[in-house]
Amino acid sequence: MTSVSTPAATPLLELRGLYKSFGPVQVLRDVDFSVYAGQVTALVGDNGAGKSTLVKCVSGIYGHDAGEFRFEGKPVTIHNPRDAAALGIEIVYQDLALCDNLDVVQNMFLGRERRTGIVLDDASMETLAAQTLSSLAVRTVASVRQRVASLSGGQRQTVAIAKAVLWNSRLVILDEPTAALGVAQTAQVLELVRRLADNGLAVVLISHNMNDVFAVSDRIAALYLGQMVAQVKASEVTHAQVVELITAGGVRNLGRSAGAELTDVRLEDGDQL
Amino acid sequence: MTTLVQESTELPAPPSKPNGVGEHFKAYLRRVRGGEMGALPALAGLLVLVIGFSIVRPVFFTAGNFANLLPQSAAVTVLAMGLVFVLLIGEIDLSAGYTSGVCAALMTVLVTQHDQPWYVGIGAGLLTGVVIGLVLGTLVAKLGVPSFVVTLAAFLAFQGLLLLIVNEGNIISIHDPVLLAIGNKNVPVLAGWIIYAACVLLYAAVQLRRVLVRRRRHLVGEPASVTALRVIGLAVIAGVGVYALSLERSFNPARTSLKGVPIVVPIVLVLVVVLTFVLKRTTYGLHLYAVGGNREAARRAGIPTDRLRISAFVICSTLASISGFIAASRANSVDPNTGGSTALLYAVGAAVIGGTSLFGGRGRILDAVLGGLVVATIDNGMSLLGSRAWLRYVVTGAVLLGAAAVDALSRRRSSATGLS
Repeated sequence: MTSVSTPAATPLLELRGLYKSFGPVQVLRDVDFSVYAGQVTALVGDNGAGKSTLVKCVSGIYGHDAGEFRFEGKPVTIHNPRDAAALGIEIVYQDLALCDNLDVVQNMFLGRERRTGIVLDDASMETLAAQTLSSLAVRTVASVRQRVASLSGGQRQTVAIAKAVLWNSRLVILDEPTAALGVAQTAQVLELVRRLADNGLAVVLISHNMNDVFAVSDRIAALYLGQMVAQVKASEVTHAQVVELITAGGVRNLGRSAGAELTDVRLEDGDQL
Repeated sequence: MTTLVQESTELPAPPSKPNGVGEHFKAYLRRVRGGEMGALPALAGLLVLVIGFSIVRPVFFTAGNFANLLPQSAAVTVLAMGLVFVLLIGEIDLSAGYTSGVCAALMTVLVTQHDQPWYVGIGAGLLTGVVIGLVLGTLVAKLGVPSFVVTLAAFLAFQGLLLLIVNEGNIISIHDPVLLAIGNKNVPVLAGWIIYAACVLLYAAVQLRRVLVRRRRHLVGEPASVTALRVIGLAVIAGVGVYALSLERSFNPARTSLKGVPIVVPIVLVLVVVLTFVLKRTTYGLHLYAVGGNREAARRAGIPTDRLRISAFVICSTLASISGFIAASRANSVDPNTGGSTALLYAVGAAVIGGTSLFGGRGRILDAVLGGLVVATIDNGMSLLGSRAWLRYVVTGAVLLGAAAVDALSRRRSSATGLS
């Protein structure tokens, strides 16, 4: 597979020929997927297309049947979430996985608390949490000692993203981060997503919302019935074409009008365009 | 006591605003209105009860009755401390009352009928508590049986076990002086003051250290004046208490002198300090809160949730055994009703009245102490009024229901404010 947007650079994470089935159900078939540092890659597809399964394979929650993982060009194996975390892959889940009864700092460090002896080192964790939030230019969270229960949906999403960034992560995967948000909060979160990529992280954004996808992403990868039907630059496709990729798995005139160098656009039956 | 409340609910004001006492107090009021009431209902209830009973029965407000109240509340308080751990993770232990009965009976039988020294009896009782907690916790966490069912079954089974240990309904008296002292004797006046000084100094040192650490790291904290007020408040309230308990309260001092802080007070204090430290300052405690708040999130964060849940049951049953020792010592005996009848409901009530949530994720050791005092005050005051037993049950039930309603309402309130 040829990378489209930056042919010279090695993808941070590259998947080749990924297969995954649950019993008789083939969920992912021969999926290639590349993610680049400093870019937002949107992963789109209809319900059941295999987006969540793909993400869970990347994060090590699911094993895979066949396929090759390359991280910075080197082959790696990801068998469990710890492997993924060791590579710097962090996932922000749709249901956020925050504890309402804990405050922002406690949530950001949950499971990886700093200690001096057996005592929690609250002060240093608070300092680091505040630094991370300010490095992301987050001003919406007034106090890092606030309980998460008192935060709005957008602020919670911000905390969840900041939690993922805290651990020197290289690749952040966001599962529908704006699904439950209002207009203003969506804009804030998208701005944050963009800033992550601008800070040099590789970002994968799973979304159903085409406006969001076109607002922040550099590249768009479309899954259709378990197959990767397109990995294109966001600037080279139109809104309608992406919708067609999602719903029909292929577009006849994709890229021709724009004159883009498309190499990985397939029809439903796998023919190269 | 008011001063203690602010400690756990304290939150720094937003950095940009001036950080004065008034600002801090306003932030506190905002949180209370938002449903984070902490110990306010318990304190208000305690105040109303004390004033009410004192007016109707002046004898209520005497050092002698005060000295009775503390040992009366101790068994319920310690049992409630254990329940706080289980309630924190969103479970319940209905068998905790009879666990305390079984452990106390075992201890008593070992000491009185098998001539073992008191420490062997207590050790065996504690060990029994640990084993019971392990079994209950494993059934809940590993087998996935709801804790309500597991502990309800255990509630029945332990009742039978207790009957077996006390030989189908005998009352076994305790004669060991050490065991009797736990619930009935007082520490010498001088020792009381030494314990008081140690506690105040420890509290002041912990607070001072926190202020200094935060200041060194340029973190926004509560104003130093508020911290100082809290330390002084504790010193004054505890000082008045120790002074009152140090007065002679015997009717005939020439024959037997009766003064000093009851021995259960330092026992409860040690438990409060140790358990609060565990819950608030260690990773383990934080993870308990996380499991209670969102078990799935905790699991994804790599926290061993099963082990944590089992450990909460172990702590609960172990504290239940201590509660049993105190109750047995106070009653000078064990019988088939030790840890039975109202013990468990009073303890659950104490935890909930103090502000621990029945829905998991919220609770403090201090809740158990405040709630235990409220429950004991009702019991003590009503018996001074000469009320019938039925009325005492009804009133205590009503108070428990009220506390649970406040819990549910404040939970709804805070989720409503969380979304706005």
